Amino acid sequence: MTTGRKRFAVPQRLLHWLMAICILSMLFIGVGMVSTAAPKYLTLVQIHKPLGIAILALALIRLALRIYYGAPSLPTDLPEPMKLAAYSSQVILYALMIAMPLIGWGMLSAAAYPVVLFGSVHLPPILPESASLHTLLWHAHYYLAFAFFAIILLHVAAILFHKLIRRDGVFETMAPVLTHHQSE
Amino acid sequence: MPQSPLSPRHLPVARLAIIAAVVGVVAVAFAYTAGWLSPHRLTPAKLVASLAPPGGPALGHRRNHAKGICFTGTFEANGNGAALSKAQVFVPGQYPVVGRFNLATVDPNVADAMVRVRGLGIRIIPPDGQEWRSAMIDAPIFPVSTPQDFYELQMASGSKDPDAMKNFIAAHPGFLSFVSWAKSAPWTGSYAEERYNSLDSFLFIDGSGTRHPIRWSLVPAAQPVPISPDELAKRGPDFLEQEITQRVAAGPQRWSMVITVANPDDPTADPNKAWPADRRTVEVGTLAVQQIEPERDGPCRDINYDPTVLPSGITTSDDPFPAARSAAYSRSYNSRTAEAAYYPGTEKGAKQ
Repeated sequence: MTTGRKRFAVPQRLLHWLMAICILSMLFIGVGMVSTAAPKYLTLVQIHKPLGIAILALALIRLALRIYYGAPSLPTDLPEPMKLAAYSSQVILYALMIAMPLIGWGMLSAAAYPVVLFGSVHLPPILPESASLHTLLWHAHYYLAFAFFAIILLHVAAILFHKLIRRDGVFETMAPVLTHHQSE
Repeated sequence: MPQSPLSPRHLPVARLAIIAAVVGVVAVAFAYTAGWLSPHRLTPAKLVASLAPPGGPALGHRRNHAKGICFTGTFEANGNGAALSKAQVFVPGQYPVVGRFNLATVDPNVADAMVRVRGLGIRIIPPDGQEWRSAMIDAPIFPVSTPQDFYELQMASGSKDPDAMKNFIAAHPGFLSFVSWAKSAPWTGSYAEERYNSLDSFLFIDGSGTRHPIRWSLVPAAQPVPISPDELAKRGPDFLEQEITQRVAAGPQRWSMVITVANPDDPTADPNKAWPADRRTVEVGTLAVQQIEPERDGPCRDINYDPTVLPSGITTSDDPFPAARSAAYSRSYNSRTAEAAYYPGTEKGAKQ
C-alpha cells in the first residue's frame, strides 16, 4: 500500500502527531495511576477512560486515511530486514492503538464498572460480567501497555536512526514541518 | 543520499549517543512515573499488602472485609435528597440494590465475635445507569486521618517491635477516639441492628450547581439489642450470617438513609473527626434488604464496592480516603478475581 507521494498527506501527519501526544500521555497516565493512592489517582483515572476512547476513534479515522491515502515508499536501498521491521512495527502499532482501548472498555464491562466518559455520559458495557474475562483482559491490558511503550521507544529510536544516521528522508515523510536539508 | 554511514570509520558515535539519550530519558521518565524509582511512594500495592496476615492473604477473597454475605433489595427515595443532589437516586422512586454485609477482617473464616467493625456495601442502580456505590462501617469515626496514617497503623499493628503501637498512638492521638469507641460501644447480635456510616465526606451537587459537603449514614429500623462478645461467640462462628438470613426471610429489614450536611468550617478532609451532633440532617429514603444470598454464588461477589463510583450529582471532596480506597480496592479486585480457582462457586450456582 504505497503512494506516489514523498510524504504522508497532511491529515495523516496531523493525526500522527496528535495521537503521539495522546498515546504517550495515556501510557504515562496508566502506569502513574496504578502506582499511586493519592487523590490524583482519581483524576488520572478520569482522564484515562475518555482519552482511551478518543484514541480508539482517532485510530479508526487514521486507519481509514491510511487505506485512502496509502503511505510513501521506503527508500529503495533500505535493507530487507529493516523494511520488514518498519512494516511490522506499523501493523503492531495500529493493532495496539485499536485493541488497547477495546480491551480496557471490555475489562471495565466484565467487572461491572460503569464506563464513565465525563459527567453523565456513559458508554454501554461491551461484554457480560465475568471474573475470568476480566482477569484475561486485565492481564492483556497490563502487559500490552508495556509492550506498547517498548515498541514506541523502538519506533523513536528507528526514526532517529533514519534522521540522524541514514539521512534517507523517512523521518521527513511524517515530519510536521520540513527541515532545511530535505526538499519535497 | 547517505554515504555509507555505517562503515566503522565513520560510525557517528555522537549521533548514536543522541538517539540513546532520547530513548533513555523517555524510559527513565516512564520508570519514575511508574514508581520504580520511588520506593517510598504509597502505592495501592503497598496499601493492600500491608493488610495481609503473616501467612499471606486469603486467595480469591477481598483483601479486607473478607467475610461477608450478599443481599438484594431496593432503595426507595422519598425526594428530600433532590434539594441537595441532582442524582437520579434521589428522585422519588424505587431503585434496585445489590449489597453486602461484611466484617472488617482479612480472614473470611474468622469467628464473628473476633471482629469489632462491621460493614455494609451497597450498589444502587437507577434507570439512567448512574450507579451509586458505597462501602460503610458501623464505627462513628475512622481510626486514622490519612491513607498514609492507615498504612502506618497496619505496619505498627503487624510489627514485632513491642513499642510499635505505643509509638504509633503517640504520633497519631486521633486513633484513641476510635479505640475508645471500640472499647465502649455495645456489640449487637445482628447486621440488621447496626448503623452504617460513610465516614468520608463527599459533595452533593444540586440542580443549580451548588456543592454541599455531606456525609451519610444508614440508620437501622431494628432496635439494637446489646450483646457481649462472649455471648456472641457462644452462638457460633457464623452466627451473624445465619441470623440475617433468617431475619430477612421473615421480613425485609430496613434502614433510613440520613444525610448530614456540614457547616462551613466542619472538617471534610478528616474522617477521624466527627462533625458536631447538631448538624442539619435530611432523611432521603429507605434501604430495604429483601433477600440474602451466600457470597460464594451471590451477586455481590464480583462487585467492587468502590466508593468513587458515583452518579452525576455526587462527587468526592478534599477527603483523601475515597481515592486511596478506590486505588486499593481495584488492586484487591484484580487480585481476587484472578484467584477465583481458590474460591470456586458451587456446581449449582457456577458461573462462566
